[in-house]
Amino acid sequence: MTAPAIDARAERSQQELRQLRRRIMLMLRYVALIIFAILFLFPIAWSFINSIKLPSEALAVPPTYLPSEISLDNYEELTTYGKIGIAQHVYNSTVVALITVAGSVILSTLGGYGFARFDFPAKNVLFVMVLSTLMIPFQSILIPLFVMIVRIDLHDTLFGLSLVYITFQLPFGIFLMRNSFLAVPHEIEESALLDGCSSLSILYRLMLRLVLPGIVTVAIYAFINSWNEFLAALIFMSDQDNFTLPVFLTTIRYGIWGDVNWGALQAGVIVSIIPSLVIFLALQRYYMDGLMGGAVKN
Amino acid sequence: MLKQTALLNLSWEQRRKLTGLLFVLPTVAFVTVFFIIPLIMTIYMSFHDWPLFGERAHIGLENYQELGKDRQYLKSLDFTFRYTALVTPPIFILGFILASLVRRNIPYIGIFRTIFFLPVVIGLGVSSLLWVWMLDDRIGVFNKILLDLNLVPKAQLFLGRPNTAMNVIILSVVWKTVGFTMILLLAGLQAIPDELYESAEVDGAGYFRKLIYITLPLMRRFIALALILSVIGSVLSFDQFYIMTRGGPRNSTISIVFWIFNNSFTYFKMGYGAAMSIVLLGILVALTGLQLYVLREKE
Repeated sequence: MTAPAIDARAERSQQELRQLRRRIMLMLRYVALIIFAILFLFPIAWSFINSIKLPSEALAVPPTYLPSEISLDNYEELTTYGKIGIAQHVYNSTVVALITVAGSVILSTLGGYGFARFDFPAKNVLFVMVLSTLMIPFQSILIPLFVMIVRIDLHDTLFGLSLVYITFQLPFGIFLMRNSFLAVPHEIEESALLDGCSSLSILYRLMLRLVLPGIVTVAIYAFINSWNEFLAALIFMSDQDNFTLPVFLTTIRYGIWGDVNWGALQAGVIVSIIPSLVIFLALQRYYMDGLMGGAVKN
Repeated sequence: MLKQTALLNLSWEQRRKLTGLLFVLPTVAFVTVFFIIPLIMTIYMSFHDWPLFGERAHIGLENYQELGKDRQYLKSLDFTFRYTALVTPPIFILGFILASLVRRNIPYIGIFRTIFFLPVVIGLGVSSLLWVWMLDDRIGVFNKILLDLNLVPKAQLFLGRPNTAMNVIILSVVWKTVGFTMILLLAGLQAIPDELYESAEVDGAGYFRKLIYITLPLMRRFIALALILSVIGSVLSFDQFYIMTRGGPRNSTISIVFWIFNNSFTYFKMGYGAAMSIVLLGILVALTGLQLYVLREKE
């Protein structure tokens, strides 16, 4: 055999070796990914599995790994749990989330349009004022917020809680919507302006469609944040009838209704996880847009 | 009609100004009523003895002086900082490992990114309810697995001792929040051009040299952002302690927000709570200032 041929063979086998190593690395990567995925999904899956056990089995000591019988009794128990059953609390959480979504979307769209397209006195001061809310988390001004909500007689109301939630969605919403409007070329409105359309009808008929992705993002965050929020809901609500879902579930955990009913609690956990998960999975792209826009660019 | 005739007297420019103001007015009103005024009120209240009902009295700096004598307050500050110092590294390191694992666009990688991110959209309150049950000594799954594998002689009271309580709460929070750090770091990783790695490989650089000389320096703004957001979240933590340990055992897991909550809404010492809030506010403004400073820096 001639020397070049040996070289070529050696090179080929080295190339094969490199390719083999790359394939093994890729396989190891998938193995690691799958192990992590199992660990991450386990708590949710475990909660779900237990929520469909028979209530007696869900309380078994030690616990069983798999249900001996599939049953929806835990969910059924929830419907009569506590003072009024879970339906009222799902309703409370839904009302709060929907008011927060509507309020955040409307205010952020109007405000974002105003800040993006109009000049008016004190515009920059007002914009900085709105964004400064980002720097100060609501945990540190909860006490006067509570005093104020009591004073305007909105204490212990779903509406009062929603107003507070809307306020803390606004800096993110205004920031995002202002950027959305800035990204729309000026020419689009100009002809409509010349035709004498009012600003509101331009916004409604022309611009809304173009900034829809931003609106969806604002809506998703408003929903998920208000649906999940715990501390303010705990403080502002005193009548058990008005508790949102997480606060109600905490009363189960604290044993206010007798022994902790873990099966029902896990059914409740699943009920409160599902809306956030469904919205996130269905609209993931918009959610991630918000994450990047809100966290990185500002 | 009436409004229109009044508006006709204004020039087009003035009308635009007025319209712009009207557009931002609702937002400004919300922020003023539910943010600016409460913020000023927090300062005002902190100089008062302010019960929920009854007479309030101006007491100057007394609330602040009391802070130094409040042993639980000092304990809570210490606990909150210790918790923050302990929870941040695992979130960051695991976040970085996950970001590295999901970095390349190999088949099905989107599914894995989604799975690691899922816990982020679950509320911390609800995830705490999930974990407190998994950690239970009698019906919890962790004890079941550990016992079945003969790793422990008897069921462990994870949340019953200060040290283990801290560790298992950290575990639950890492699960809940690491996906967020992963996404931030992933954005940082993906912003680094592949050519840099390729030329480093030609020069014979191994994994750690590339990590130290290319990856970490080039994504330092993302790293800083991930760390600061994680620190801020930890300083403000409340749900996990309120739900999982109720502040126990022996009041060892009362975070600073938890102690503010107890004083203001259980004992209704709202002036005192306000004084503590001002201190918390100072800490947070310093942290956010640091965040803005790091992000402002141009590459």
